[in-house]
Amino acid sequence: MPGILADKDRIFLNLYGQRDWGLEGAKARGAWNGTADMVAQTPEWICDQIKASGLRGRGGAGFPTGLKWTFMPKAESERPHYLLVNADESEPGACKDRDILRNDPHLLIEGCVIACKAMRSHQAYIYIRGEYVHERERLTAAIRQAYDAGLLGKNSKLGYDVDVGLQHGGGAYICGDETALMESFEGKKGQPRLKPPFPAGAGIYGAPTTVNNVETIAVVGTILRRGGDWFAQFGTEKSTGTKLFAGSGHLNAPCVVEEAVGISVRQLIEDHMGGVRGGWGNLKAVIPGGISVRMIPAEEAEVALMTYEDLQARGSGLGTGTMIVFDKDADLVKAIARASYFYKHESCGQCTPCREGTGWMWRVMERMVTGEAEMSEIDLLLDVASQVEGHTICGLGDAAAWPIQGLFRHFRHEVEERITRYRAAPGVYAGAKVAAE
Amino acid sequence: MSVRRLSPNQPESFAFKPATLKAAKDWMANFPPGKQQSAMVPILWLVQKQEGWVPEPAIRAVAELLGVPVIRVLEVVTFYTMFMLEPVGTHALVQVCGTTPCQTRGSEDLMAVCKRRIGAQNHRSADGKFYWQEVECLGACANAPMAAINDRYYEDLTPESFEALLDDFAAGKTPKPGSAVGRVGSSPVSGLTSLTDAKLFDGSLGKKLKVPNLPSKASA
Repeated sequence: MPGILADKDRIFLNLYGQRDWGLEGAKARGAWNGTADMVAQTPEWICDQIKASGLRGRGGAGFPTGLKWTFMPKAESERPHYLLVNADESEPGACKDRDILRNDPHLLIEGCVIACKAMRSHQAYIYIRGEYVHERERLTAAIRQAYDAGLLGKNSKLGYDVDVGLQHGGGAYICGDETALMESFEGKKGQPRLKPPFPAGAGIYGAPTTVNNVETIAVVGTILRRGGDWFAQFGTEKSTGTKLFAGSGHLNAPCVVEEAVGISVRQLIEDHMGGVRGGWGNLKAVIPGGISVRMIPAEEAEVALMTYEDLQARGSGLGTGTMIVFDKDADLVKAIARASYFYKHESCGQCTPCREGTGWMWRVMERMVTGEAEMSEIDLLLDVASQVEGHTICGLGDAAAWPIQGLFRHFRHEVEERITRYRAAPGVYAGAKVAAE
Repeated sequence: MSVRRLSPNQPESFAFKPATLKAAKDWMANFPPGKQQSAMVPILWLVQKQEGWVPEPAIRAVAELLGVPVIRVLEVVTFYTMFMLEPVGTHALVQVCGTTPCQTRGSEDLMAVCKRRIGAQNHRSADGKFYWQEVECLGACANAPMAAINDRYYEDLTPESFEALLDDFAAGKTPKPGSAVGRVGSSPVSGLTSLTDAKLFDGSLGKKLKVPNLPSKASA
């Protein structure tokens, strides 16, 4: 068996979309099974089950989901409670929610109903990124099927009424931040809000709101169907369950796959992703959780595990569990310079350290790629990165600093060599030939 | 952040087509009463579908429809990079993902094809049929390199397969979206490593089940 998770323990059974994504197909694969019994329970029972499962938010931050739900007010008031599902998947490397949205949408919709019950909410919205046009069409159709079958809306067959609506974005990575998501949801520029007030107190339209990732919500139904203890048996004490992992970059067979949390980086790559191009020995570095976490070099990737705590101890993070793999031919400086351009492009412009810092860091990174930079600029760059990090409203400033820090932590010598080589080469300035004569 | 300005060349007027207006009203009804502003991005997208881009008179029309000041729409249009602020190609708007995962798998070669065939990015081709740009991560990294052409994802591209796609668009055809190497979704190209157990799909999971760990006496 490739990997460490048996087929019988998988949640996303139509991950690749070979089978019917519609209601009937989803029901045959177990979705919507027993949902009425679940929503007949108290919100506390649902939250306790999710807490027992150890489920942590799958959007990157890894906050315990059951605990997050208990932050919502304990009684309904004139202000409605909202569940807002974050389907604004735009992190470079991350492409896992897309497969849920287009191929297993009913698991997500079912999860919305259960999560709404857990938070005493009757309205869920799914905010999907604007570019996912096909995925949006699928989701719209699946929601329509659920309404037609009496699973959503007034007088639900499930005995608990939930409306599920859609919203879409306009191509801004920043809207993946929960407060920017709420601003964007309200039809404004996606600029993050200061916290407090926290969303559970004042979210969209000033009403209590909880924002969860697509994968987090989509696994809830199956966890309750099989029991929190079933989910908790996989992984480690602090990182439980199964999870979608993705691989991109220099792999022989990049893919998305569901595996048990705690699988080693090497086994994940070799069993499911066809191995590193040119063999495991040709590996140079891995960014394990989407571009915003720090990279780990090959010797650490050899022993690293896909858990929150193991990768954190290596100065990286599990993030969204979506790896970018680089082989020995890769130009890591260029790869990180491109990441810096991404952050420069996606900064919302609200906080000065990020708005100015991301552009500055990108321009210096570009000169590091060619070697034109001064040797002293390496420390200056790291200094600026550390000054952007932690000094912005949202996490984009941190995320812009981390890839650069990761690069210099492990591959500083490569940049230094490049600068030295550039300086040793014959002059490339205009008139160099004339000067040489 | 990206600096975006309205095109200096703008049409005289803009009018919603009936179908666009109906879809726009549906979006407004999707949100609680008094919160129609939430429908702004979806409505601007509908405008872009109708016109191919978002002209300035349309910005005013959307503001009027939603009952908000024009500046609220203007700031949204210039903030979100999906909105095109000048006319694009009549046959294809080609958006090549250039971010790191696609870069490591050859997106620069795709962009070289664009430069040769279409010209500089963010400009229409000489014949007006094409318009291309490099965009940030489109969220299909396991199928890199890829490009979104007229909102559909074309994945696992090579310069050759990409050129063939562009030929089709130039001829007025719409090739089938998806993987250029025939992969199913984001599965491994070398064959499935999971989801091969037939028992998952024989319908047994759909049979009535007892939810575990229920309290002895259910109290709703």
